[in-house]
Amino acid sequence: MSSKIRILLPVKRVIDAALKPRINKAQTGVEAAGVKFSINPFDDIAVEEAIKIKNAHKDRVESIHAVSIGPNKAQDILRVALAKGADTSTLVDVKDQEVEPLQVSKILKKLQEKYNSNLIILGKQAIDDDSNQTGQMLAGLLNWPQATNASKVKLNADNTVEVEREIDGGVEVVKASLPMIITTDLRLNEPKFVTLPKMMKAKKKPLEILKVDDLGITLENRLETVKLEDPPVRQGGAKVGSVDELISKLKELKAI
Amino acid sequence: MAVALLMSCAESYPQVKRLDFGKITPQAVDFFRSVVGEAAVVTDQDDLLFYNEDQMRKYRGQSSLCIKPKTTQQVSEIVKYCHEHKLALVPQGGNTGLVGGSVPVFDEIVLSLSSMNKIRSFDHTSGILKADAGLILENADNFLAENGYIFPLDLGAKGSCHIGGNVAANAGGLRLLRYGSLHGSVLGLEVVLPDGTVYDSMNALRKDNTGYDLKQLFIGSEGTLGVITGVSILCPARPKAVNIAFLGLESYEAVQTTFKRARAELCEVLSAFEFMDRQSQWQAKRFLKTAHPLAQDDPDAEVPEYPFYVLIETSGSCKEHDDAKLETFLESIMEDGTVADGVVSQDESQLRTLWTWREGISEASNMDGGVYKYDVSLPLPVMYELIEVLRARLDEHGLRSVSDASKPVVDVVGYGHIGDGNVHVNVIVREYNKTVEKCLEPYVYQWISDHEGSISAEHGLGFQKKNYIGYSKSEVEIALMKDIKSKFDPQGIMNPYKYL
Ligand SMILES: Cc1cc2nc3c(=O)[nH]c(=O)nc-3n(C[C@H](O)[C@H](O)[C@H](O)COP(=O)(O)OP(=O)(O)OC[C@H]3O[C@@H](n4cnc5c(N)ncnc54)[C@H](O)[C@@H]3O)c2cc1C
Ligand SMILES: Cc1cc2nc3c(=O)[nH]c(=O)nc-3n(C[C@H](O)[C@H](O)[C@H](O)COP(=O)(O)OP(=O)(O)OC[C@H]3O[C@@H](n4cnc5c(N)ncnc54)[C@H](O)[C@@H]3O)c2cc1C
Repeated sequence: MSSKIRILLPVKRVIDAALKPRINKAQTGVEAAGVKFSINPFDDIAVEEAIKIKNAHKDRVESIHAVSIGPNKAQDILRVALAKGADTSTLVDVKDQEVEPLQVSKILKKLQEKYNSNLIILGKQAIDDDSNQTGQMLAGLLNWPQATNASKVKLNADNTVEVEREIDGGVEVVKASLPMIITTDLRLNEPKFVTLPKMMKAKKKPLEILKVDDLGITLENRLETVKLEDPPVRQGGAKVGSVDELISKLKELKAI
Repeated sequence: MAVALLMSCAESYPQVKRLDFGKITPQAVDFFRSVVGEAAVVTDQDDLLFYNEDQMRKYRGQSSLCIKPKTTQQVSEIVKYCHEHKLALVPQGGNTGLVGGSVPVFDEIVLSLSSMNKIRSFDHTSGILKADAGLILENADNFLAENGYIFPLDLGAKGSCHIGGNVAANAGGLRLLRYGSLHGSVLGLEVVLPDGTVYDSMNALRKDNTGYDLKQLFIGSEGTLGVITGVSILCPARPKAVNIAFLGLESYEAVQTTFKRARAELCEVLSAFEFMDRQSQWQAKRFLKTAHPLAQDDPDAEVPEYPFYVLIETSGSCKEHDDAKLETFLESIMEDGTVADGVVSQDESQLRTLWTWREGISEASNMDGGVYKYDVSLPLPVMYELIEVLRARLDEHGLRSVSDASKPVVDVVGYGHIGDGNVHVNVIVREYNKTVEKCLEPYVYQWISDHEGSISAEHGLGFQKKNYIGYSKSEVEIALMKDIKSKFDPQGIMNPYKYL
C-alpha cells in the first residue's frame, strides 16, 4: 500500500440537533415533514478533523472523499462537506428508506474498496437513532483497528495515529497504524462556518450518485420499530410553607 | 458597592421637580395589601432596587412601593384609588426599556405587570393570541412555536420584556421588515384607564371599521395613558426554513447596494437585514470572547478589517427554494465585488451563533460602565454619517479612546435595522458623565432634525428624550398630544415627568 492517505468521510443527514423532534401520529417514527435537517453534529466534527489533518499534512493526504447514505436531499450536506474541504463525494441514494448500521457499514465497506481509502473518520453516533455501531461494525467488516470516541487525533510520520479518548476520570491514549477507523467525540474540535467563496467552489466539485444495487447490496432491515412514545410530562413542583407541611406532604406521597 | 455610587434621577437632574402628587400613606399601603394580598406588595428597600433601577443602570428612582397585581380587576382597583388620592404611578413591564421610561423618577408607585403572565386563548385557525400584558415575549413565542406560529416581533431583550411593555413602547425589533409594526398586528387591547375604568377591545376582529381606532393611541403611549393589562395580537405562520448569511463589506455604499439588491432578489423570503460597523463587532468580540465568524481559522485573530458587516435572514416555507434563491443572490453579489467575504449558517446552532454577533452588541456596549444610546431613523444615505460625526466631535473634545482609561468615552458604535432606516448609536462610556452628555446632547438631536430623521425610531421618549420631542414633532402635533394626555389623565398621575 502506498504511504499516501486517502480519507473516507461518511456523513449523515439528520433532523437538526437544536430542534425538538416530534413523534408522528402513527407513533412509528419522528415527524420529518417541514422539519429542518442538517449534518449530524458528530459527522460535522469528523469533517472538521479530516480537513485539519489534510491542512497539517498537505503532502501526505491525497484525498478526502465524503459519502452520505440517505435521500436525494442529502446532497445538501455533501455540498457542505465539499465546501469545507472534501475533494470528492458520493451519495448513495436510498430514498426515504431507513438503513440500519450494519447495512450502512456494508455500503461503506464497498466504498472503501472503490476509493481505496485507508483512514475512515466518522461520528461516534448519529443523533437520530443514537446507535453508536457503524464505526465499530465497519472496523469488524474490514478487520481494521478502531479508535472510538476520539477527543484528540495525532498523525505520526510513520503513519501511525495516536488517539486520545476521554474516559471516566482521565484520558486513554490508543495508537494504531493505518489503515484505521476513528470515530469522533464532541470535544475533538469546533466545526467552523462555511465561507461563501468556498461554497461557490464546492459547486464544481464532483458528486456522484449511486444506488445500493450499483454496489451489489440489497437492503434488508432486521429491526422493526414497534412504537414510539413521548416521555411522561414532568409534574410541576409545589411550594410548602413549613418543614411540618413538607414532612406531611412527603409522607402523603409515600416518599418517607 | 458600585450600586451606591449611582445617583438617583432626582439628584442627577435637579431641574426636574417633584409635582404636587399625594404621598404614600400607611393607609394606602394597607388598602393595596387588601386588594392584591400581602405577598404582592413590595416595600423592602433592597427588593425595591430591582424595580427602581433600569437595566442600563442609568436611571434610578426612589419609590418605596411596588405592587404586583394578578388580575385586571385588581389593577383597576389600584388605579382607582390612586386617582382618588392623586398618587402617581409607573406601569412597569420587563423593565428593559432603554429611555428610562419604566422606572420612577421620584416616589411614584411601581405597578409591575410581572404577575399577570397567562395566555388567555389562542385560535389555531386565525392565529390570534390573547394574553395578559405581563407575558414574557419569549414565552409567548415558545408557546406559538409549539403551535406552528410566530410572534410578529422579536428583539434582543425577549427573555425579559413583556408583550404589554412591547405594545406600550411600540417596539420595532428585528423582524419589523417582515411583519410590520405593532400598529398593524395588534388587534385589540385591554387597558385600565387613569381613573380605573377598564377599556376592553380584546374581542376586536381583524377588520373592524366602527368608529375611531382607539387602541392605536395606547400603542407607543409608554404608560402615559393607562395600564395595558391584555393584548390581542395576530400571529403569522412560523416559517419552516430559516437561513442566515453574515457578510463583510468594504464600504457603507456597498451596504446600501446590498440592501437594495437583497430586497429585489430575495423579495418575499427576506426577513431581516441588519448592519453592524467594525467597531461594534470589536466590542461584541470582547464580550462574546470567541472567534469572529469571518476570522475563524484563528480564534485569537482580530475582527477582520472590513468596516461593515451585514446579517441577512431569509424565512420561508420551502428550504430548497430559499437555499437556491439565497445562493444565487450571494454568488452574484460576491462575484461583482459588492460583498468581500461571508459565511452562511448550516444548522440551527450556527444560525443562533451568527445572531449573537448582532444581538450581543447591546450587552457588549454596557461592559465598561455605561452607554448613551441614540436610536434614530435617518434617510439611508446619511445614516452612517451620524456616527462618524459623533466620533469626530468626541475626539475634538478629547473625550474618546478605546485604550486610554482616563478618557470617559470608549467608542461610538453603530448598528441596527438598516432595512427599516433605523440605526442604533451606542456611545460606550466608562462612567456617566455630564461633560460627555453635554457634548452629545442636544447636538445629536439637532443633527438628526437637520437631516430629517427621528430622534427615537423605536425606543420611545421616556425620561431621556422628553425634552427633545420638538426635534421630531411640530408644535401642532405636540399640542394635539398634550390634549389627548389631559383628556385621558387630567391629573397627570400616569408615568409623570416623561414622554411629553
Ligand atoms: C437587549 C435589548 C434589545 C432591545 N432591542 C430592541 C429592538 O430591537 N427594538 C425595540 O423597539 N426596542 C428594543 N429594546 C427596547 C424595548 O423597547 C424594550 O426591550 C421592550 O419593548 C420594553 O418592554 P418591557 O416589558 O421591558 O417594558 P418596560 O421597559 O418595563 O417599559 C417600557 C415603557 O412601557 C411602559 N409599560 C410597560 N408595561 C406597560 C403596561 N403593561 N401598560 C402600560 N405601560 C407599560 C413603561 O411605563 C415604560 O414607559 C431593547 C432593549 C434591550 C435591553
Ligand atoms: C365597487 C366597489 C367595491 C368596493 N370594494 C371595497 C373593498 O373591497 N374594501 C373596502 O374596504 N371597501 C370597498 N368599497 C368601499 C370603499 O370604502 C370605497 O370605495 C373607498 O375606499 C372610498 O373612497 P372614496 O374616495 O370613494 O371615498 P368617498 O366614498 O368619497 O368617501 C367615503 C368616506 O370618507 C370621507 N372622505 C372621503 N375623502 C376624504 C378626505 N379626503 N378627507 C376626509 N374624509 C374623506 C367621506 O366624507 C366619507 O365619509 C367598495 C366600493 C365599491 C363601489
